Amino acid sequence: MSVVDQGLANAGTGKGKPNRLTRNLMSKIAALPMIMTAMVVFVGCTIWTIVYSFTSSRLLPKENFVGLDQYERLWGSSRWLISIQNLVWYGVCSLILTLVIGFTLAALLDRKIRFENAFRSIFLFPFALSFIVTGLVWQWILNPDYGVQGVVRGWGWESFSFDPLYNPDIVIFGILIAGIWQGSGLIMCIMLAGLRGIDEDIWKAARVDGIGTVKTYLVIIIPMMRPVFITSLVLIAAGIIKLYDLVVAQTSGGPGLASQVPAMYVYDYMFKAQNLGQGFAASTMMLLSVVIILIPYIYLQIRGNKNG
Amino acid sequence: MDNAMTGPRGPKPKRRFSRNNIFIYGTLIVVSMYYLLPLYVMVVTSLKGMPEIRMGNVFSPPVEITFEPWVKAWAEACTGINCDGLSRGFWNSVRILIPSVTLSIAVASINGYALSNWKFKGSEVFFNILILGAFIPYQIMLYPIVILLREMGLYGGLWGLVLVHTVFGMPILTLLFRNYFASIPDELFKAARVDGAGFWRIYFQIMMPMALPIFVVAIILQVTGIWNDFLFGVIYTKPDLYPMTVQLNNIVNSVQGVKEYNVNMAATLLTGLVPLIIYFASGKLFVRGIAAGAVKG
Repeated sequence: MSVVDQGLANAGTGKGKPNRLTRNLMSKIAALPMIMTAMVVFVGCTIWTIVYSFTSSRLLPKENFVGLDQYERLWGSSRWLISIQNLVWYGVCSLILTLVIGFTLAALLDRKIRFENAFRSIFLFPFALSFIVTGLVWQWILNPDYGVQGVVRGWGWESFSFDPLYNPDIVIFGILIAGIWQGSGLIMCIMLAGLRGIDEDIWKAARVDGIGTVKTYLVIIIPMMRPVFITSLVLIAAGIIKLYDLVVAQTSGGPGLASQVPAMYVYDYMFKAQNLGQGFAASTMMLLSVVIILIPYIYLQIRGNKNG
Repeated sequence: MDNAMTGPRGPKPKRRFSRNNIFIYGTLIVVSMYYLLPLYVMVVTSLKGMPEIRMGNVFSPPVEITFEPWVKAWAEACTGINCDGLSRGFWNSVRILIPSVTLSIAVASINGYALSNWKFKGSEVFFNILILGAFIPYQIMLYPIVILLREMGLYGGLWGLVLVHTVFGMPILTLLFRNYFASIPDELFKAARVDGAGFWRIYFQIMMPMALPIFVVAIILQVTGIWNDFLFGVIYTKPDLYPMTVQLNNIVNSVQGVKEYNVNMAATLLTGLVPLIIYFASGKLFVRGIAAGAVKG
């Protein structure tokens, strides 16, 4: 009974409220899991890790603060530097290729074609698969003896060499092939939704002015789809930083340390090498990179909301 | 919106085999082959015997079809000392999946309902923190969660992992439900209030039945997401409770013994089968789920 009364009071004129805390009480209780998740896990755990990244914790978290020691050691470690380098290569290539492939496929599908649904299903289905499955299949396709290299050599081109998973110089591109296969369908889908949101009149106007199809896309449509591109960019970037399972499945970080990525560094130091401090520092760096990506995005969102 | 009103978008259709069409369909078909190739390779490899694999390549179709690799992958493949195949991981995944999907969707739908119909002071702030939390790399929260779960006595067990899936599924699911409930006309809610219905009654008798399609979208999203999880499974459970993805990786990437590629691919395909079936059966709902998560998230 009391719950109803409070709710009614709330829905009413907004004067003479009872107690601030008990107002809408049931809603607050129902939202408790969300509040706990937001405050304890997302805020609390993140701050905890950042604080403990300034300690010399090894097997167990300890409170002896050592300043930036862990970070100095982190940036002096060749394994971390390789991880960062790999992530930058993977990130830049994946970003460009996923955007280009995603947009191109979406544009082709938007040309009023037959079998649109069939094609879209084909491009998107890898996204339903796990990174482990993706990684293992591509590990097999890129197998130097039986896979692509073996096939081309079988055609008579004996010196052909394509063994990305065994060649430290190009291993990250072997992972890239699988990553694009898995993720580009999602971006295609988002781009297609964006293209469908473009006013038909734009196309008519462009045709009246005699602008070609490709040019219309480049000069008119793409600039109009800026918000869609920014969303895609943020999604791809957030995924890139989390890159982990795919590498575990495809190469386990090898050969040697050649395909290490930051998430793997964090996992290994936290749960295998019992060097928590390094794991904390590395994961804090990962957070920092996300923050750097997110701040301009949030800024643009807020500005966009104010403008319209 | 209405295509019949606006008319077709492209130029007037001329010959079916215009240069333009050949280019469009040609490109789409070639690209489709790249996307379908791994599926094809999985299927053909899993149906070949090992001698045939050693003689041929990954793309050659099987000459003698055998289902032995499938049987072996399901019931006999070894991880460490256990040799009871992927079936163990499959059932573990099912045991993890059912409570995780149920709990996460129950919690998130109520959250979304509270956020859209029963706003309270600060509710939007918590919601925004929740959404931002979806972008935080999991790695930074992994260890403190281990401590929290250990304090609660849930570390290493099934319910610890269920809790983790509930927590990390919350941002996107809450967003999904909040947006849906916000789109339901306010008059309906007000009418129910006037009739004296309270928080739970409105939820169970009005909102939940209306939101059934969104529940289906949420189920699709969560089943594929949790089935495909690797990181949480490997950290928050013990080896005898490892989900299918973790066990699959352990089987295929084990360094001991002779590599049986056909068994490996049968195991990989088996693991991918659940999300694939859901994907192809759900059709547009799957797209709706990821679009809901992606476009606004």
